[in-house]
Amino acid sequence: MKQKLILFLVLAIALNTMAFAGGQKEAKSTVKGTMAISYAIWDRNQAPGMQAIIERFEELNPDIKVSLEVSTWSDYWTRLEAAATGGAMPDVFWMHANHIRKYAENNMLLPIGVRVKADPDLDYSNYPVGVTKVYEIGGVNYAIPKDFDTIGLCYNKRMFEAAGISYPDSSWDWNKLLDVAKQLTNESKGIYGFAAKASNQSGYYNIIYEFGGYVLNEDKTKSGFDQPETIEAIQFWHDLIHKHHVSPTIEQMADTKARNIFSSKKLAMYTMGSWRVTGLANNEVTKEVADIAVLPKMRTRASIYNGLGNSIAASTKHPEEAWRFVKFLGTKEANIIQAESGAAIPAFKGTQEPWFNFRPNFNLKAFVEMLDYGVPYPTSKTGPKWVKFESEMMLQILSGKVGVEEGCRQIAAETNKWLATEK
Amino acid sequence: MLGIEVRERPSILKDRKKKYFRKNKGNYAWAYFMIAPTLIGLFILNIWPIIQTIYLSFCSSGDFGKFIWMGGGNYVKILTDRTFWQATVNTFLFVLLSVPGAICLSLLTAGLLNSKIKGKALYRTIYFLPVVAAPAAIAMVWRWLYNKEYGLINHMLLFFGIQGPGWNTDPGIALASIAIVAIWSSVGYNMIILLAGLQNIPKSYYEAADIDGANPFRKYFSITLPLLSPTLFFVIVLSVMRALKQFDLVYMITGIQNPAIRQTRTLVYYFFERGFEMDDKAYASVIIVFLFLIIMLVTWFQFIIQKKWVYYN
Repeated sequence: MKQKLILFLVLAIALNTMAFAGGQKEAKSTVKGTMAISYAIWDRNQAPGMQAIIERFEELNPDIKVSLEVSTWSDYWTRLEAAATGGAMPDVFWMHANHIRKYAENNMLLPIGVRVKADPDLDYSNYPVGVTKVYEIGGVNYAIPKDFDTIGLCYNKRMFEAAGISYPDSSWDWNKLLDVAKQLTNESKGIYGFAAKASNQSGYYNIIYEFGGYVLNEDKTKSGFDQPETIEAIQFWHDLIHKHHVSPTIEQMADTKARNIFSSKKLAMYTMGSWRVTGLANNEVTKEVADIAVLPKMRTRASIYNGLGNSIAASTKHPEEAWRFVKFLGTKEANIIQAESGAAIPAFKGTQEPWFNFRPNFNLKAFVEMLDYGVPYPTSKTGPKWVKFESEMMLQILSGKVGVEEGCRQIAAETNKWLATEK
Repeated sequence: MLGIEVRERPSILKDRKKKYFRKNKGNYAWAYFMIAPTLIGLFILNIWPIIQTIYLSFCSSGDFGKFIWMGGGNYVKILTDRTFWQATVNTFLFVLLSVPGAICLSLLTAGLLNSKIKGKALYRTIYFLPVVAAPAAIAMVWRWLYNKEYGLINHMLLFFGIQGPGWNTDPGIALASIAIVAIWSSVGYNMIILLAGLQNIPKSYYEAADIDGANPFRKYFSITLPLLSPTLFFVIVLSVMRALKQFDLVYMITGIQNPAIRQTRTLVYYFFERGFEMDDKAYASVIIVFLFLIIMLVTWFQFIIQKKWVYYN
């Protein structure tokens, strides 16, 4: 009896699901002219925010369905390249400064800049000019800016209070930072004032520009690594470790990342990208003790900034629908939804307020303030190739195995060699 | 082997073969049909990519799968590539550091676990566990152990008053540290194969030796090792190949932003950097073709040497 009952239940459920599945199918096919487009992104943290935008878009455009495809950063580019080679790209997807040239120059992207200029609702002046420029290849724009990131100074409030030192502010320069770092360092306890990281974007690139040097010249034909100001900046970064001993060594930071030394309360200050805010806020320790200030200045002020763009595949079968979606992504409304999700700073001017409010215990305004004097992330078509040599040589310089000047000159020579192949 | 040997004149043998083939044509067709899935898979997934890689190595990389034939240019370039030669040296050093240790330890554990001890099954499981564990997880755990300041190893050394080195960051020992992990994770696998070999040795040989009054060492070197040598040879060949192809431990343990990478970069890691980070698939293909040749040469050499020490009775 019992067995029969169970069998009956199972059958009933099975039939029910079949009916349900059938019903859904029918419902889908009855809405006539529904177009499905895909939207590919690489950041899991941002998926909820993007989904919220999609839902709003579908509400406004019931004839279009958008499916979100999330992967990891490295998978994303492998897959996108394979898809581009095979002619099966997603309709809409995120673009990055490192890759835009390759995709644009091989006609993989729709030149949507033309449409933006013709559209009365959109205006490139609403977005940071540097982010817009990143996606402009040969005078044509291939994306609408989505967000941007800058580099700030992250510090441990409690360590400053304990030492009776006032928090870092916009009056600081790098000499002041060095002074304070010396006071906060206690080498015998393994506590350091500052971390001179071996990262480019969130590390030494910033100080290079603040010292008056540069990584690439304006027209991206020469490396600036052999400029005296650049060498001076790298020397300063190097000396923080080897002369003043206020920073953990490169070897220590290879074992334990700077942000992990920071969250174990053994580091007072380090330079941090705005994309790390979510991690900072989710950590039990750092959400209590951390705060953000603008980077110290030197001869000038700088902060490396970069931003993503939304692009459309040239091979898309639904260019009109894809365009309507990308256009919506570029509106103020979509940017505000993005800001409220907290993952990235929205690109649309004046929509950053909800992003500040998302983590009220951090001074997130500092990240947006620095946009005024921000320097776009320096890269070129052969960027992935020369940056590999540069990063490895910087490791050798900062670990004291190669002299600063010698190493910088080698970086300049190698970079120039690659840049010469671009023309 | 069978005890009975059938001796026939070759011509008769040939005749029979022909007859057999004619009679069983259908059977042959069936056999080919049965192995077709594997054969097709092998061709599509292994052999065709090998041909493609060799072709790519004579091209220059363009974007999105556009490759332009350029002849041997990449091969000329690689000869003066210092990083390539350093990676080659590192790769061979890694083989020397990891393979002999792994073989000796696997022989030892296999020997011990073949004897009459209690809880054999438990020990066998324990030694085999590293083989089952995910390589990425293994690498992460070892990375923590190797941490110079907070790692467990240096903490224990400090207990004895020794200041431990930066296992993972000191260029002098970083490669050896990776070799230790490689040994640790391969002992179990080698051991299982060797154990099977040990159990194939007939007990009667040992009984005869006992009657002759041979001591354990004599028994080990005169019976066990020679009779195990075919299995041992197989294990060595495989181990050397695996070590020459080392990538994941370097990728996971050395990682990025570690100045020791110059001393731990293996050929496959360099291939990965060139092909995927620097996006130059053609040049990466040259590296892998070189590695292919190296593996072929080393293995060929091993097959020549084996005539001197492997006994197939």
